Amino acid sequence: MPTFVYMTRCDGCGHCVDICPSDIMHIDKTYRRAYNIEPSMCWECYSCVKACPQDAIDVRGYADFAPLGHSVRVKRDEEKGTIAWKIKFRDGRVKEFLSPITTKPWGTGTPKLADVPAPSKEMRDSELLYSEPKYIRMDDGGLHTLKAAGLKLKKGVYY
Amino acid sequence: MAHKTIVEDGIDILVVGAGLGGSGAAWEARFWGQDKKIVIAEKANIDRSGAVAQGLYAINCYMGTRWGENKPEDHVRYARIDLMGMVREDLLFDMARHVDSTVHQFEDWGLPIMRDPKTGRYLREGRWQIMIHGESYKPIVAEAAKKSADKVFNRICVTHLLMDDANENRVAGAVGFNVRTGNYHVFKAKTVICGAGGASNIFKPRSVGEGSGRTWYAPWSSASAYGLMIEAGAKMTQMENRIVLARFKDGYGPVGAYFLHLKTYTQNAYGEEYESKWFPELQKMVGKEYLDPEASHLTHRPIPTCLRNHCIISEVNAGRGPIHMVTMRAFQDPHLEEVGWENFLGMTVGQAVLWAATDVDPKNENPELTTSEPYVMGSHATGSGAWCSGPEDVSPPEYFWGYNRMTTVEGLFGAGDAVGGTPHAFSSGSFTEGRLAAKAACKYIDDGKGEGIVVSDAQIERRRKEIYKPLEHYKLYRNEIVAGDVNPHYINPKQGLDRLQKLMDEYCGGVTVSYMTNEKLLNIGLKKLKVMEEDLESLAASDIHELLRCWELKHRHRAAECVTQHTLFRKETRWPGYYYRGDAMKLDDKNWHVLTVSRRDPKTGEYTMEKAPCYHLVGENE
Repeated sequence: MPTFVYMTRCDGCGHCVDICPSDIMHIDKTYRRAYNIEPSMCWECYSCVKACPQDAIDVRGYADFAPLGHSVRVKRDEEKGTIAWKIKFRDGRVKEFLSPITTKPWGTGTPKLADVPAPSKEMRDSELLYSEPKYIRMDDGGLHTLKAAGLKLKKGVYY
Repeated sequence: MAHKTIVEDGIDILVVGAGLGGSGAAWEARFWGQDKKIVIAEKANIDRSGAVAQGLYAINCYMGTRWGENKPEDHVRYARIDLMGMVREDLLFDMARHVDSTVHQFEDWGLPIMRDPKTGRYLREGRWQIMIHGESYKPIVAEAAKKSADKVFNRICVTHLLMDDANENRVAGAVGFNVRTGNYHVFKAKTVICGAGGASNIFKPRSVGEGSGRTWYAPWSSASAYGLMIEAGAKMTQMENRIVLARFKDGYGPVGAYFLHLKTYTQNAYGEEYESKWFPELQKMVGKEYLDPEASHLTHRPIPTCLRNHCIISEVNAGRGPIHMVTMRAFQDPHLEEVGWENFLGMTVGQAVLWAATDVDPKNENPELTTSEPYVMGSHATGSGAWCSGPEDVSPPEYFWGYNRMTTVEGLFGAGDAVGGTPHAFSSGSFTEGRLAAKAACKYIDDGKGEGIVVSDAQIERRRKEIYKPLEHYKLYRNEIVAGDVNPHYINPKQGLDRLQKLMDEYCGGVTVSYMTNEKLLNIGLKKLKVMEEDLESLAASDIHELLRCWELKHRHRAAECVTQHTLFRKETRWPGYYYRGDAMKLDDKNWHVLTVSRRDPKTGEYTMEKAPCYHLVGENE
């Protein structure tokens, strides 16, 4: 059933409810813990698994084609900027992988455009976007145009 | 019902749906509109919403102009041949000439883009694709959007666009409800940039139970881009151009990196190459202009994806399935093996879960491939969406009405899945389209085009009643039965979705009929959709979560109707492998080398269909 929640680990904090893109992680009213209310709308995207501070959420592959006895566990660490995966096969084999998730200290890389100088009228009247033309080719070249490419748009059957 | 009404007034730019397209719009809008009020309404949580919520392992649209790798016009020609000629080349050219600046900024923001150690350039997966460690692609991009927006409203299911009561073809904002509190939200805005999603789950999926959540495109992509815009009377284009994906069986794990980077290939159940034997017959259907294996071999011109699908479908129907991906060779290299697995973990974990469950190690066996149920969207390798204006310096008169990426509804712009005719935009291209739309929306406002909008209380109240009707309907009839979901007065959203998927599958060319349809079937389908529309007035929601599913279903239904209308209109088989018109099995350039454009009259519900000219990039002297 895609994601499920271990009763003894969940403390009902609601991080999974907050992040689930499909709105299917809800808090059970009796147990005050989270559970997946609609497994057939679960993409196994692991957003809730990654967000859970108690490691209480796991995934059991879709019942209509995935046999039991496997696990894919994950640890995402924004401070270290890494994600670690551990795959356990039904037959017991294990594979592990580690990848970066960012190259910058988390949350520091994006600029605040309210603080950059406002665009000139000339730039407004051009076809340029923010940080262009510089960021297109990382040199002083301008924006690509049909004219510069010696091209035009023509109606009809062309291949 | 004690749902509060919360009004957000004085918005300049309202972004509806903040996936990659919407995030690009919100972010860029701040630069051009430093004093403007920018608000995001997002159905989920912006940190993990949209098609990229799970992550991506590649950016599929990057020119590499800084290293002279490709020119924008090369990408236009590639998308043109892949879509059998049916694209908006002005929009594609415009997206392609800006997309690199988007990608370079993503790298600045901390997105890990892999580099080729020898050349120092981005590591290419294919001609257009670069490889990334993209598990946090969406949260990184969301961070940028959040910094630009004045307010982000998470968990708002936008159900309708608001229209100007003084000018019925001008947008005035949007309404919806909060899926946690149930509160009614009204956003009054001068412009709306629709970044909502395309359509998964309108055709019956191959999976039968829990696994129907493992759609290729995200299950939360509920066709809202189309539902919202069609209802507002925006013209739509190429809605018949649904896409079928050849993917790893059941998990729908991606194959791009496998084909392009790992150099894996396919064979039939008996270990034979099967594609080429279907080519001669296929060439008779589509013509040598679209399928010329020899020329493709010599010039590296790609064979259109739909035609490769056709070979898989034909081979399986001939009894020589399943089709296998030959991975055993590539996976002997430990580095390539790692790439293969991380590719799934970065964007389709479910495929890794499935292989773990079934003990499939691609080093020791060649996994099965299949062709998926159809999807309708506009940012991956197909181009369904709204009929939008292009940029002034590129677009011919039929494609230009003042503001880049503006639909035919004044003040309503699109990005990503919402924009028609721009396939192969993918994540980076969608973000770029959002940026283009944002700049144009600011100009629209600065030109005074958003002045004097009138939104009557009557309109706001009418929508409010409509939105909560399924809750009221449930309350009214629930106690007529003992328990359970079988009620003569209503259907719940899951039952409605089942009906929609079954009829689209059987009448509009789904997987159980091997993607086949014809005029007779489509007309029956349209009749059933009409009856279903009546029943959608009897939808019942037992809680706010089900109310969300009700509105997703309504958006899916409206999109499905539009898809069926377009499929009926285009009397040819333009994309064998995506769908077949049994009554017109050949590609017909004489009559159908055109883009299909529809408009649904919001008052009468009647569709008007037209052919729009197809413009192509040619040399100046041609």
